[in-house]
Amino acid sequence: MSVRQISVFIENKKGKLAEASKYLAEHNVNLRALSIADTSEFGILRIICDDMELAQSVLNEGGYVTTVTDVLAVKIYDKPGSLAEILQVLSEANIVIEYTYAFLSSKPDSAYIILRVDDNQRAAAALASAGIKTANQDELF
Amino acid sequence: MANYYQPQFECASHEEIRAIQSEKLVKQVKHVYENVKYYRDLMDEKGVTPDDIKSIDDLHKLPFLSKADLRDAYPYGLLATDLKNCVRIHSTSGTTGRRVVAFYTQNDIDLWEDCCARAIVAAGGTKEDVCQVAYGYGLFTGGSGLHGGSHKVGSLTLPMSSGNTERQIQFMRDLHATIICCTPSYAAYIGETLKEMGISPDEIDLKAGIFGAEPWTEAMRRDIEKSLGIKAYDIYGLTETSGPGVAFECEAQTGMHINEDHFFAEIIDPETGEVLPEGEKGELVFTSLDKEAFPLLRYRTRDICILSREKCPCGRTLVKMCKPMGRSDDMLIIRGVNVFPSQIETVLLNEGYSPNYLIEVDRDRNTDTLDVSVELTPEQFSDTVKEISAKEKALAAAIKTMLGINPKVHLVAPKTITRSEGKAVRVIDKRKLHD
Repeated sequence: MSVRQISVFIENKKGKLAEASKYLAEHNVNLRALSIADTSEFGILRIICDDMELAQSVLNEGGYVTTVTDVLAVKIYDKPGSLAEILQVLSEANIVIEYTYAFLSSKPDSAYIILRVDDNQRAAAALASAGIKTANQDELF
Repeated sequence: MANYYQPQFECASHEEIRAIQSEKLVKQVKHVYENVKYYRDLMDEKGVTPDDIKSIDDLHKLPFLSKADLRDAYPYGLLATDLKNCVRIHSTSGTTGRRVVAFYTQNDIDLWEDCCARAIVAAGGTKEDVCQVAYGYGLFTGGSGLHGGSHKVGSLTLPMSSGNTERQIQFMRDLHATIICCTPSYAAYIGETLKEMGISPDEIDLKAGIFGAEPWTEAMRRDIEKSLGIKAYDIYGLTETSGPGVAFECEAQTGMHINEDHFFAEIIDPETGEVLPEGEKGELVFTSLDKEAFPLLRYRTRDICILSREKCPCGRTLVKMCKPMGRSDDMLIIRGVNVFPSQIETVLLNEGYSPNYLIEVDRDRNTDTLDVSVELTPEQFSDTVKEISAKEKALAAAIKTMLGINPKVHLVAPKTITRSEGKAVRVIDKRKLHD
């Protein structure tokens, strides 16, 4: 069970992130989660939103380079230790985590953590056997 | 099935061509000596008189002309006839210094257009064709040269000039253009625009393109051929000798036939000026054998090149020149290494990158730096920084293998490197600012 994430290449220059977000706003794309990986020259904007097809097509039309990746989303409860527990499970299963970010759910007292790992299937299975469910796209909205 | 515009010259035997060249050269040297004081002084200085030139074999006795001479003699110093006999001028872009202004009599124009007509016919052009001329018109020789050549062939000529790409595409489709003439970077740009508009190469009627006026690579040729669904032919020329059509490619696509009944080509050692034997790499030197108004003798082009008389399957016997391997004046010397931008372009295309790149050379604490920016394509993009950095490193390594020096590679967003509709600016040498 995984969710789809769009990554967008953004040059690390003043106004470039604003430009991309304005573009998405103009096309009524509602963002659910985002993170940015930055280097001195460029950044990778990663987003999860309500209409992935629309978001990717408007970005491509706007001349942005994009790619879609399947990532894992795991619901965690708003209490100390929830994240550590998940990471422990993945570590024990020898899963490599490329990056991770989190966002609050619209439901009270819960959040989601997004995990980009080297092997989605193995990671999901390891989490499942520890009783941790991975979310699908619809669940996030 | 090869077609020729003037088979009597294009397919003449070597002896016939030598006889034509000798006869024209003897006459031309007299004409220049009598009418061009600047060159007469150079000949006198060297102790050569027109009587010393009895055949083409004596050409090596004459002094060279360089771009610097053209600047010194600007504007009329190399004019060999009364201005009243001239009907037109053309001029260089002046990107490498002072402009060069070249003069033409009506006869000069006719011979030049014949040369361009040979190029169009070699690319499969006939009177049935519709020839879209998308080179710039005006002082630049590209537009007028191919325009005149297309008239001589009898093709329907679309005098589009460069720019306004959507209009180019509209005329191309509505009037069923079959041949396009423009700079290779503009051809690539048109191909890209067609793709963006969702028009496939099958939906246009182009069959051939004649591209020149700037350096381009074999990899770029393949890209253009694919994006426009055509066969792409190279053409060579320079304002100083006339314009495009000094040499042109045939269907073999293995070098350009020099119109040597009009322009005699030599390859020299750029350091010593010594004439090199056929097959050796050196600087290309041209002598205009029958131009009246602006006849340059032994003009050093700064293009590094190889000549070949190997038998061509097209049946033409005209000597062939390879695509210039760089110009000695846009050759970069980076950390003591000679670098031609075309080498970097070859690596980019081989590694699957776009031909939109920018080379920046600078000097940091007495060490030259080389930065190569190239536009990222969706195929190369990844959601992790690690993978993109690995791509930059791999590309830097490939460039290092080719040049022997380490560049810094920057992947940038698409469409951020300026595209020109004329000559492409691909090199910025910031070191020159400090000289």
